[in-house]
Amino acid sequence: MSGAVTTVPSGSAQRGCVAIIAIAIVGLFILMAIFAPFLAPHDPTAADLFRRLQPPFWLDGGELSYPLGCDSLGRDILSRIIYGARVSIFIGVIVVLLATVIGVLAGLAAGYLRGWIDTVISGLVDILLGFPYLIFAIGLMAMMGPGVGNIILALACKEWVIPCRVVRGETLAAREMVYVEAARAIGASQRTIMLREILPNILAPVIVVATMRIAQVIILEASLSFLGLGVQPPTPSWGAMVADGRSFMLDAWWVSTFPGLAILLLVLSINLAGQALREALDPKLRD
Amino acid sequence: MAEPLLRIRDLRVAFTTQRGTIRAVDGVSLDVAQGECLGVVGESGSGKSVTFLAVMGLIRGQGRIESGSIRFDGRELIGLDHTTYRTLRGREIAITLQDALTSLNPALTIGTQIEEVLHAHATLPRIGRSRAVRDLAVEMLRRVGIPAPESRLSDYPHQFSGGTRQRIMIAIALCCRPKLLIADEPTTALDVTIQAQVLELIGAMRQALGMSVVLITHDLGMVSEHCERVAVMYAGQIVETGPTDQVIAAPAHPYTRGLLASIPRLTELKRILMPINGQVPEPDEISAQCRFMPRCRYASDACRQPIEMRAVAADREARCILVGHAP
Repeated sequence: MSGAVTTVPSGSAQRGCVAIIAIAIVGLFILMAIFAPFLAPHDPTAADLFRRLQPPFWLDGGELSYPLGCDSLGRDILSRIIYGARVSIFIGVIVVLLATVIGVLAGLAAGYLRGWIDTVISGLVDILLGFPYLIFAIGLMAMMGPGVGNIILALACKEWVIPCRVVRGETLAAREMVYVEAARAIGASQRTIMLREILPNILAPVIVVATMRIAQVIILEASLSFLGLGVQPPTPSWGAMVADGRSFMLDAWWVSTFPGLAILLLVLSINLAGQALREALDPKLRD
Repeated sequence: MAEPLLRIRDLRVAFTTQRGTIRAVDGVSLDVAQGECLGVVGESGSGKSVTFLAVMGLIRGQGRIESGSIRFDGRELIGLDHTTYRTLRGREIAITLQDALTSLNPALTIGTQIEEVLHAHATLPRIGRSRAVRDLAVEMLRRVGIPAPESRLSDYPHQFSGGTRQRIMIAIALCCRPKLLIADEPTTALDVTIQAQVLELIGAMRQALGMSVVLITHDLGMVSEHCERVAVMYAGQIVETGPTDQVIAAPAHPYTRGLLASIPRLTELKRILMPINGQVPEPDEISAQCRFMPRCRYASDACRQPIEMRAVAADREARCILVGHAP
């Protein structure tokens, strides 16, 4: 968590504004995902071949009832983006939750107990860090086959090393604190010391990292779906939608562009919100 | 005479460092009787804290207990398994660590921290347990003199002053009514007025609970006011023990004499303070001779040999060849 932005009085109000907008956008995406059936104007899987590659409403041939146009099977792009948010956010949150739980436990054990447990966990972390993320996920997906459950497993298998490294580092510092010694002196067990004394003190960076990683996982899910290894049709997924549109890029740019913009907007907003969260949780930046 | 509550015999604790093995505690023997207050005095690095960390079984990492015996309440502590040791800590022997200001977990409310000890040790009925634990926590805070304890249970350590945090530490230590309290420099970093209050509190709690207290400090004045007996430590060894008033009135060891001569007194304003020249030897510079010799005014060739503790009077010993001879 080095390189924290220093607070400049004139910029802080502006940054606060950006943070609020970012959080609002993330909130909108979440609401969109939850209430997708009520918000989507059309069935996201209903094909209508008369509307193949129909342009967005402001172009010639567009209709207001299909505001962002249609894809090569004549499905409403807006509806598919709204439903696609469900998949992206669900996978992002579940993978990061799973990875954080595993990573926190492994990191605490490695950092506090040291010894052979640390050697094993740190070795595993180093090996996993050596693999490029996408290659690792592609390999696992190829073995397990596509599907939402398998994407979650494949991504979580590698994602846990990130919270694990953060937690291990923080634990190494925290275990030397006097209050940990004091807890030992009152007869606290190792489990109590790890979960009740150390964990609350190192939670802030873990939460910030988890928030930021949701954005990364969303990109990874989109990449896997783009490559055809992710969410399978007909379930709408932003990555798969971008992939669908790439053969019509010159004739019908909207098919790929709008889901791509959705990914950009959500990931950017999550990152900005995470940044704001970090500043809010960092005691050094708190007034 | 009944066995003392705590009996340490010939304790040796060594630390492995890059410069080799350093023996921080080298052959310490001392007794703490039931209900007694023992002062342990010495400069920084004399091994007083390490001795009592060993009693708590908290020597870890590079350190290890090489030899010796620690008997507490009729039970040998060295070699005790971890689980049994854990049930002793906090329940039978409690310690307040040197740095009280950082001994409280900054992320937990003080209520949580007090209740944690009670949950770990106290035998309370399962039904209504959390209620009982809360009541006990409030009761302990009241006893250590924290006003409106109910409303402060949900406060975090940074919301308390240094003296109050030390009081809370004492409350945590005394929650389970231990038989022995080890107070490791309980007043460093506190104002003088607060120091007096904290020591009075420890004294009062000792009376109320009938426990023994070990007061680790470098302040002889504090020892003379609060302790019945004193042990002076120098470079990992005890150099003088005895009843406090006798040791202070007529110190037998040149080091104790030097310590007393370097304290300013209001009654003798014109007296010139006598500092002890030189420094405590580094643990790896210690050789097989009197450890205080390089700084001693009375040093002679006879001091170039290991010195044993010699009886000065009944219940008084000192580690100096001059004992028994007029200096």
